This record gives sequence, C-alpha cells and structure tokens, in this order.
Amino acid sequence: MAKISLTVNGNPVNANVDSRTLLVQFLRENLHLTGTHVGCDTSQCGACVVHLDGRAVKSCTTLAVMADGHDVKTIEGLAVDGGPLHPMQEAFREHHGLQCGFCTPGMIMTAVDIVQRKGHDLSDHTIREELEGNLCRCTGYQNIVQSIAAGAKAMAKA
Amino acid sequence: MYEFKYHRPATVRQAANLLVKNEDAKVIAGGHTLLPVMKQRLASPPHLVDLSHIGGLDGIEMKGRSLVIGATATHHAVATSAVVGEAIPALAYLAGLIGDPAVRHRGTIGGSLANNDPTADYPAACLALGATVVTNKRRLKAEEFFQGLFSTALESDEIVTKVMFPLPKKAAYVKFRNQASRYALVGVFVAKRPSDVRVAVTGAGADGVFRLTSFEEALKKRFSAKALDGLTVPATGLNSDLHGSAEYRAHLIAVLARRAVEAATAKS
Repeated sequence: MAKISLTVNGNPVNANVDSRTLLVQFLRENLHLTGTHVGCDTSQCGACVVHLDGRAVKSCTTLAVMADGHDVKTIEGLAVDGGPLHPMQEAFREHHGLQCGFCTPGMIMTAVDIVQRKGHDLSDHTIREELEGNLCRCTGYQNIVQSIAAGAKAMAKA
Repeated sequence: MYEFKYHRPATVRQAANLLVKNEDAKVIAGGHTLLPVMKQRLASPPHLVDLSHIGGLDGIEMKGRSLVIGATATHHAVATSAVVGEAIPALAYLAGLIGDPAVRHRGTIGGSLANNDPTADYPAACLALGATVVTNKRRLKAEEFFQGLFSTALESDEIVTKVMFPLPKKAAYVKFRNQASRYALVGVFVAKRPSDVRVAVTGAGADGVFRLTSFEEALKKRFSAKALDGLTVPATGLNSDLHGSAEYRAHLIAVLARRAVEAATAKS
C-alpha cells in the first residue's frame, strides 16, 4: 500500500492505495468520480482522458501513485455542479456532439486541452488530427468536430 | 498487474542504486509502454523506479553543435520545442507523430529508446542522425545501442540520461502508419550529414531498426530522389505479418525513402 496526496478538481485528497491502482480506478472507485470512463483499457480510445497538471493524459495508463503530489482535473471539475456548463460542455449539448455519451467526457477533456494548445480558431482538419487518441463508435465524429469548433470559440469569450 | 513497490528517487544515483539493490526492478517514466505490458501481465517487475521526478532530466538545449535532449523529455516537449524546431525540425516533426496528444504528454524519448520497439520512431532518428545515447555509466553510439527487437545495450543498472544529436545539414522523416495501431508499418528517416548520408528504417526490419546502405551510397553521390531511381529493397530480413508482407514493406521503404529525400530537399 502507498500513501498518496493529490489535488482533484481543486480539492485535496489523501488516500492509501495498492500501487497497482490505475488513476482511472482511483478516480472512479475511491473518489466515486465516475464521469471518467474505462473504454479500451489499452491507451487507445481516450474515454479515460483527464487533465494531469493541466495536460490531457490517459488515466488508464497512469498509476495513482504517479499522480501523488500532482493536480488532477476530471470532467466533473469543469463546472460547478448545478451551475452553468463549461462552454465546451455547452457546445456538445448545443451541437449534439454525443449519442450514447460514453466517449464524451474524454472528448470534452481532450477538446479543452486542444484549445489550450492550439487556440480558439480550430479548423476541422486540426480537430480531427488532434482527436487521434479519442474513439467514438456512435457518431461518426461529425458533430463532435462541430461541437469542438464551437466550444473553442465560446471559450474565447468566457 | 502483479504487485510491485513504487519508488520515486530524486536523483539518477538514487535511481541506479535502486536498480542495483532490487533485481528485476524496472525503470518507468511515462509508462505508456511499460504499464500496458504490465496490465497484460507480460512483465511483472517487483519494483518500479519512477524517473519522472528527477530534476534536470528533461532538458532540451543546444550544447555546441549538438542538440541535447534529456531522457525524460516528453514527446510533446520535443515536438513543440523552439530549440528542436530550429536545430532539427525533422525530429520535432517525428515526435509529433508518436501516438496521440495525450500519449505525447507522457511518453519520453528515453523510454522509447530503452524499449527499442521495432515500430518505434525515435530509433530511426537516432540511427540516421548518428546520435549518442548517454547513460549514467557510459556513452553509446546509436549503432552500438540498438541490438535487435526490444533489445539494447543497456545493462540492468544502466539508465539513459540524455541523447545527443549532431546537427544534420538536411533531414526528414516519413511515416506510413499501420491503420489500426497507428505505429509505423514503415518509417524512413533520411539525414544528410556533413560527412555522409544516412537512411534509417523502422517498422520493417525483422530485427528492428536498420540502415539502408545501398540507398545511402546513392544519396551520398547525389542527394536527390532521382538518385534512387531504379533502386529497390530486397525483402530478405524484413518482417512479414498480417499487416503486410516483406515484399510490401520492401516496396514501401523505397517509396518512403524517396518521399523523405524530397521532403528534406524541399525545406526552405
């Protein structure tokens, strides 16, 4: 067992975990933040994407102990519960960027990271390339791309 | 995964001591090769030595006429570094092709080289650019470092600390991705160096990354795609699997080598 201390969605968290615990397991099972999903469990699909120290990472391929001393943000941390949605979330709602919703938290966390790195005026080509690590089995990506383009612009106004 | 103890040394020396004290300990940084392998139970190191918190191991800088990249520099850092973009843009381009954005935030050059996956991109760059891999014990030329599939010259208590790249005159990398895994089915790195030309191929060799000497000789005479007219690559020694036959890979190597030379000469 290992003692870890980290910040999750702005809140300090202390826990004792088996070293084998994946960050995604820690978030879902210890902290009950089930917005982050396990899709492929093999680093490919992106359903598990969270922000570690502000950068999108695959939490199924990160150990909780590696996050010790670091800052994690999950989909739950993008907006205050009950408050207005984050502009990227709002864009996915407005532009129907999801069907079953399983890939969606990962898509949104990745999208916010794309905006942080590539700015607010994103071409479809850029968005599609940047979504290399996020798979969707429902939508064919069309509305996901539109949502991200709109969300990126909306984030500029926020 | 099987149980293990996680260590977070603050220095390379501490890390090396942990490797000496604990047989079968493995080094980890980004973990994007090791963790998937451990999750599949293909490896079960009883100790993990995390290098990612060792200060100064992730630097990117020019040292004289060489570009020096620290072992724990992430693919994202290399891909977006102004220093790399100025010194060896083909290397920044290559780093930006690895995995996907989230993977690139964690994967490191040291990890890529130490693992020597036969479809990884960095080994081709190191071999073509004539890089030197620096460890806590010695300096190894790329040719000595890569020893075959998933095999390097690293000893059990040896840790890659940085990689030194002499600057080429021209260089380019072309990657033909496996449609499913997105790893290189074939990747060709071409470098025109002050003294010679090197063409390094990844993804295709049955024994890992290799240099294509026939193409190198032709390009040394004339560094142009035309110099490769009529040259073919034998299928012997190339990998044949469900993704492509050795003959298909041989054909791709020749195509990509030409494209790489065109890309290298097209740069303004």
